[in-house]
Amino acid sequence: MDLFEYQAKELFASHGVPIQQGKVATTPEEARAVAAELIAAGKPGVVIKAQVKVGGRGKAGGVKFATDPDEARAKAEQILGMDIKGHTVHSVLVVEDIAIAQEYYLSFLLDRAERGFLSMCSVEGGIDIEEVARTKPEALSKIPISPLSEVDAARAAEIVAAGGLPEEARAGAAALAERLWAVFTGEDATLVEVNPLVLTGDGRVIAVDAKVTLDDNAAFRHDFGRFADPEAADPLEARAKAKHLNYVKLDGQVGIIGNGAGLVMSTLDVVAYAGEAFGGVRPANFLDIGGGASAEVMANGLDIVLSDPSVRSVLVNVFGGITSCDEVANGIVSAIGLLGDRGEQVRHPIVVRLDGNNAAEGRRILDAAQIPVVEQVATMDDAARRAAELASAAATGA
Amino acid sequence: MAIFLNGGSRIIVQGITGSEGRKHGARMVRAGTTVVGGTNPRKAGQTVELAGAELPVFGTVSDAMRATGADVSVVFVPESGTKDAVIEAVDAKMPLVIVITEGIPVHDTATFWAYASARGNTTRIVGPNCPGVASPGKSNAGIIPADITSEGRIGLVSKSGTLTYQMMYELGDIGFSTAVGIGGDPIIGTTHIDCLRAFQDDPETDAIVMIGEIGGDAEERAAAFIERNVSKPVVAYVAGFTAPEGKTMGHAGAIISGSAGTAQAKKEALEKVGVRVGRTPSETAGLVRDVMRGR
Repeated sequence: MDLFEYQAKELFASHGVPIQQGKVATTPEEARAVAAELIAAGKPGVVIKAQVKVGGRGKAGGVKFATDPDEARAKAEQILGMDIKGHTVHSVLVVEDIAIAQEYYLSFLLDRAERGFLSMCSVEGGIDIEEVARTKPEALSKIPISPLSEVDAARAAEIVAAGGLPEEARAGAAALAERLWAVFTGEDATLVEVNPLVLTGDGRVIAVDAKVTLDDNAAFRHDFGRFADPEAADPLEARAKAKHLNYVKLDGQVGIIGNGAGLVMSTLDVVAYAGEAFGGVRPANFLDIGGGASAEVMANGLDIVLSDPSVRSVLVNVFGGITSCDEVANGIVSAIGLLGDRGEQVRHPIVVRLDGNNAAEGRRILDAAQIPVVEQVATMDDAARRAAELASAAATGA
Repeated sequence: MAIFLNGGSRIIVQGITGSEGRKHGARMVRAGTTVVGGTNPRKAGQTVELAGAELPVFGTVSDAMRATGADVSVVFVPESGTKDAVIEAVDAKMPLVIVITEGIPVHDTATFWAYASARGNTTRIVGPNCPGVASPGKSNAGIIPADITSEGRIGLVSKSGTLTYQMMYELGDIGFSTAVGIGGDPIIGTTHIDCLRAFQDDPETDAIVMIGEIGGDAEERAAAFIERNVSKPVVAYVAGFTAPEGKTMGHAGAIISGSAGTAQAKKEALEKVGVRVGRTPSETAGLVRDVMRGR
């Protein structure tokens, strides 16, 4: 789960990472009030920053300066509602303006390849770090951190020295790095990134931007629910999540239901290949109903997939491993019945491919049920082709 | 022979009294696997019945190993306790630990992996979030269905459970020496490369199927390893060509970040070193069939 800057900074503050004073605002009036408070406290001015989970907001006009509360209000009004790379701005962070002497980069992250953690630090900050890695790799230090060790004062000093930070910034940056490590481990983050890390005109080192990604698997031992972002989630994705379904909305016309993440990903690909012959028909979603595939789970899954107005046909692709196909077939029959009882008659064609344990019995059950919208196809490739063909026919009204 | 798991493997289940442990423990017994007991620190001294077999429950992994000679542990302990369970097995010097549990915080996996590494990797860890290891006709440790395939000479390594089953089923007439589900988490114990090395050295394996998916660069590194170290034929499949950037596709590790981790990059890396990559699972199975026929 990616956090907004203001949420990431809440975590920073709670672990003692130095940040600018400020508050989040969702209306121009709130932004004005925050600015008034900061300016009354003697700050020279404020920065109003669009809160979006995407880079490049500065260039897009999502960061503006103001020296009095009314100006802050006007600037916030310009930024709120702005579209930045497809993300609508629903809130702004209003912080004290500071004198920046230099900008650096600092992060802790997961290192998949080495199966551990990594610290990255550079004297080149405030710009895209992938760009630094490409053009000036010698300016970016990468130091592995064992999950069994800590980033103590000595390790933190080593990290900032390796990043080439100048002498006057090192003590402050090292102290900040220690606190940033506490965020990384204490909050089960997979990324904590400060870009830019700033040396101020008066010699302090503070985190001016903040990017944090939290590990959803660790939600059971944290209160991550407070970071939920209902406005950003696709409404169907939100509905699926509430039903504990693993659903990702895509932009095609063939609804996909399958069991197992790998098989479902593969089903999307096979449908996209098959769709090339039918005017570029594509998968409409990813939906993994897991091993169980009970009638209720299948009904909830079908309900979500069919609620997508772009969907023209559905492909149910199940491999019976531990679950046997007769149970899955019964699940499909009951699911269509359940939807009918809810007044949501299924009208789109549903192509079903059952394979694996007890597949013959599963196919017999589906045949016997004689559901007009259900069509069985024996192999995954043929089923994908048929589902793409049906979606294409529905779209052209053929 | 096979790899990691053979007819002589003696298996315990960590978390044998839980619903998953009992259900899959019973399946393992029915598949002819030698399950010799399990652990639950609160139920030491009791027994648990799995598919007609009365099996002892021990308080610790080391007690279980002493009493039964177990050399494999399959972990079904819930995610909040998995890290401690794996560390306990490493401390007991269990040779092979297969972690089935899904949803483990990645900091916990990183920690138990580092712990095992610091002790010289005397314990092989498979998983987490994986279906386990199956050597058909010999032993089945985990949740891979035992009756969808047969014993043979194909080796399989995969990040995905259901795609593993699909492949084992489609090639059931030819059969498998061992199938290893390595799991779809961002950090895993045993990797594609570990399995490729073991299959290359296994006299009972003639060809290798490797199933990958989006996220990370494990497949690219496997390709580099194959170029230098694998002389047996390798056929591969990669899932996730249509996955959008920045979305987790079911598995915690299955995410494209920026331009890194795409299926296309993995396919190209594998093809560059002579690995045949199927466009669909069925086409992949067909390529394996061609390879086995050519032998």
